[in-house]
Amino acid sequence: MFPLMRRAGVRGEDQAMISIENLSKTYGGFKAVDDVTFAARAGRVTGFLGPNGAGKSTTMRIMVGLTPPTSGTALIDGRPFAELPNPGLDVGVLLDASAQHAGRTGREILALAARTMGLPRMRVDEMLHRVSLSDSEAERRVKNYSLGMRQRLGIAAALIGDPAVLILDEPANGLDPAGIRWMRDLLREYADQGGTVLLSSHLLHEIEVVADDLVVIGNGRIVASGTKEDLLAAAGTFIRTRDAAGLTRALSAAGISSSVTSEGAVRTDADPEQVGVIALEARIALTELRAADGAGLEEMFLELTAESQRDPISSEGAAA
Amino acid sequence: MTTTMERTSAAPARTLRSTEQIPTSRIIGVELQKMFDTRSGFWLLVGGAIVSVIATIITAFADPHLSYGAFAAAIGAPLSIILPMTGILAVTSEWSQRTGLTTFTMVPHRGRVIAAKLAATMLVGLASIAIAFSVGALGNVIGSAVTGHHTVWDISIGNALTIFLADGLGMLMGFMLGVLIRSSSGAIVAYFVYALVLPAAFGALAAFQAWFRHAQGWVDFHDASTRLYDSGMGGSDWAHLAVAGLIWLVIPLAIGLFTLSRSEVK
Repeated sequence: MFPLMRRAGVRGEDQAMISIENLSKTYGGFKAVDDVTFAARAGRVTGFLGPNGAGKSTTMRIMVGLTPPTSGTALIDGRPFAELPNPGLDVGVLLDASAQHAGRTGREILALAARTMGLPRMRVDEMLHRVSLSDSEAERRVKNYSLGMRQRLGIAAALIGDPAVLILDEPANGLDPAGIRWMRDLLREYADQGGTVLLSSHLLHEIEVVADDLVVIGNGRIVASGTKEDLLAAAGTFIRTRDAAGLTRALSAAGISSSVTSEGAVRTDADPEQVGVIALEARIALTELRAADGAGLEEMFLELTAESQRDPISSEGAAA
Repeated sequence: MTTTMERTSAAPARTLRSTEQIPTSRIIGVELQKMFDTRSGFWLLVGGAIVSVIATIITAFADPHLSYGAFAAAIGAPLSIILPMTGILAVTSEWSQRTGLTTFTMVPHRGRVIAAKLAATMLVGLASIAIAFSVGALGNVIGSAVTGHHTVWDISIGNALTIFLADGLGMLMGFMLGVLIRSSSGAIVAYFVYALVLPAAFGALAAFQAWFRHAQGWVDFHDASTRLYDSGMGGSDWAHLAVAGLIWLVIPLAIGLFTLSRSEVK
């Protein structure tokens, strides 16, 4: 069904720190998570990508024991989350930055986390500094925080135990562009130091910049997973020409299927060299010919998750 | 195009490092801190202290028959409302304020967290009642000195203990409703139904139905626990308290703990 279907986490040298196997969660008759299997490896940022309601948050809640699965397993370094003696020191978790007591100050929230994990009080100040929350902001009650400030506080709480694994659900929500850049650098650094980062997003652009591996979920099922490069390579070729219709005809005459995007560009699974040869023979001038990268991945994302998208995709069906 | 093809890991893979289980005493400490560090929790407890002082002052000047019992009753009334509320909020704020997402992730054993909350709630309850007794005693001494009465100590040690127990049971009742309902507003409403509406309903039922009059002692937990405030609990009173407590407190608490341990924290 999906030509891009790949399984990650089988490379021997990379350690799978988070491994999800055949995980399912059913609510009544509705399958929120449907036989999900993937792994997040140490030293890499794994992007968990899917439209809203695809099952990302449910999967993440199951990982940390907040939601019991219907079947399947979710292990952190081979162990169930609940078996970690002091989980805060091993796994940093941010599921919902708004899920904090509105009447506590940012500092109090971090102090409670530090105390639970048995960390010295000075870790609180270190973390406030790390996420750039000022002293006066830290003394404010969380109900007066913007979403961006809550995200920073949530990141601070996740990092306070200096864990080897980070599980972050939509951490970039509410951050300004500078904040998103900051977060990206922070996660990159974390992975480069040997940490495991799993972050979810419904925005492709947010994730493709930072992720090494991608897991794409739609309607509770994994529709693609693998390294970003593999998925990009599989995304085919992107072509611009004044004669898009002529090119698609020439391609289909050569037995290659293609589609025309809403901007009039042509996309195909064939590689650029093959397309170039066919265009030359058909005497069609190309203004652009390249391996589909970011844009291709976006289309792939839209395509793969088309069934679970609420909005119909305009570029689909444009090619006759 | 970014090339991250083979990230020759600069650093070795980091692995898990936690080895020591979080001690229960630490979880209880954290739960105690949570009861005081929010405005609602803080004012609930400070408010309780203020109200008990006011009640003492009013009693000292308004009650012609000054006795320790009068002071204890005046302070006990507001406390019997405030303590169950403290018990409720200790549990429900994790759901109403959604802090449970963090709490149950840092300590992924709900039983341990709830047990710690119970311990923290009981510690606060015991301390509050002890303070109330002390404020009452102080009021009794000062009040009788100011008004020129004899200082009357009419509460026996035994009765003091049953008052402790009564307040503790009220607090447990609130705690149970918090565990069972897991919503602040819902549990508070349920508590007032239990404390204000049900006694009236049971009273009316007993007035008109003879069979219920005999059964009431066994099924009316509010009535059974209210008797603890009076001195002289008889053997049948204790039996009533045990049976009604099983029905109203133990069984619902067990059901609440069971559903809580399997529920989803969102």
